[in-house]
Amino acid sequence: MIEMKEISKTYRVRRREAGLGSALKRMVSGGWDAVPALQCLSFTIPDGQMVGYIGPNGAGKSTTIKILSGILRPDSGSCIVDDLVPWEDRKAHVARLGVVFGQRSQLWWDVPVMDSYRLLRDIYRVPEERFRENLDRLTELLDLEDLLRTPARMLSLGQRMRCEVAAALLHSPKVLFLDEPTIGLDAVSKLKVRDFIREENRTRGTTVILTTHDMQDVEALCSRVLLIGKGQLLLDGTTEEIRAMAGENLSTEESVADLYRRFGI
Amino acid sequence: MRQYLAFFRMRLLAGLQYRAAALAGMSTQLVWGTMEILLYRAFWLSDPDSFPMGMEALSAYIWLQQAFLAFFAMWYWEMDLVEAVKNGSVAYELTRPTDLYTMWMARSLALRLSRAALRAVPILLVGILVPAPYGLRLRISPSVFLAFLAAMALMLVVVCAYTLLIYALSFFLTDANGIMVLSVAAAELLGGAVVPLPFLPEGLRQLAQLSPFGAMQNIPLRIFGGDIPRESIPAALGLQLFWAVVLIAAGALLTRGGLRRAVILGG
Repeated sequence: MIEMKEISKTYRVRRREAGLGSALKRMVSGGWDAVPALQCLSFTIPDGQMVGYIGPNGAGKSTTIKILSGILRPDSGSCIVDDLVPWEDRKAHVARLGVVFGQRSQLWWDVPVMDSYRLLRDIYRVPEERFRENLDRLTELLDLEDLLRTPARMLSLGQRMRCEVAAALLHSPKVLFLDEPTIGLDAVSKLKVRDFIREENRTRGTTVILTTHDMQDVEALCSRVLLIGKGQLLLDGTTEEIRAMAGENLSTEESVADLYRRFGI
Repeated sequence: MRQYLAFFRMRLLAGLQYRAAALAGMSTQLVWGTMEILLYRAFWLSDPDSFPMGMEALSAYIWLQQAFLAFFAMWYWEMDLVEAVKNGSVAYELTRPTDLYTMWMARSLALRLSRAALRAVPILLVGILVPAPYGLRLRISPSVFLAFLAAMALMLVVVCAYTLLIYALSFFLTDANGIMVLSVAAAELLGGAVVPLPFLPEGLRQLAQLSPFGAMQNIPLRIFGGDIPRESIPAALGLQLFWAVVLIAAGALLTRGGLRRAVILGG
């Protein structure tokens, strides 16, 4: 159970006009601008649900994920994930968490993928038997057999992403945060990753929060969609509802774009 | 503990595979050590009495320094860690049920150990084969040898704790490069990398010996050569322990503070 209550977070950003003059001016004056990333955001996600978390660039999606992962502390509001406050009990909290940041890598660059997996096994203290079991299953479903002995730097993007997704699941996490997990993947890899996530959710009841710009990911996986814009929750419903809200005969992609326009975000 | 051992093993594994770098480093250090000894020999022959160290002690200092360069060299930064803080990959580290500082420490120790493991033995062998007083003399009493091992271990912790302090500082800076360059310069001069500390002028020498840099290679290398007399060894080890504790405490505090205010930007 994930409970976010009236969470707000404001970043301070150093802004200035381009050019030498303003650069010199900023050397003496501060010039910090406050940029609100989340404003009083609240939602609840029950166990075992798959939720698509969508919104335009800069809406606050990643900020939410970082707060839920205990990496970032919000300025105000409360958040409880299975009885724990993520940023207070970070270690206990993240032990039950699997995270994939599509734009960053958790594999060690120069060593075979399997070495990274062994490291994760030790970090999460996964018993050998369960590790084997998970690894075999992941290897089969994500087609990793030949990749495990390859150094991460020699993998293609799609191969690496499959390995990243597997890396996040070796310790059988209860909650899975996927931040653009299919970014840059070809159609086959995309389908593989999607099938796999669906299967994981079905058989193990893993709660999944998926942030993405790929509406097909959301349609394929999520029963519920949270739409966020300018740091506020704008919509909480199903993909059908989103489509129904927009005009006739629009694809999900177009209806979402239509919604962004309508909310002025 | 098992978790941190795993990081240690991983870094060791990763470090052991850079064979070409090890070979290049080894030959550089062999040539460098030989040249240094030739240089000091010229000074020594011209006036042995004004030499602040015995030639044998100096030779031991140089051979050990070259063999274990990976332990001492302040410029062996673990750029992965600095980059991780700078580009935000540290986010992944934070989603692990581990303590960031302890994990960094395990990684840094392993990095230096793996680099030294590939280089040390051949250089030591060459040093032993060179005739006295220019070679590495092995006549050393067991108790002094034990003190040397303890000082090496403490030195490794002091060096790593110092580098971790700098990594932690990079949470607060846009770019840690400036302070890293300064640290290297200070450590090279005050740590006894450029010349052993006895060769420094009065005043600067005392300052260097008490600074954290003086608690690095200066102590074990001079213990081995007998340049630190037996009765001064406990005080020297005590100083190392002091700096190890201070640097670890400062680094751990700074890391915690850095994490509290860390903002991982973008995507």
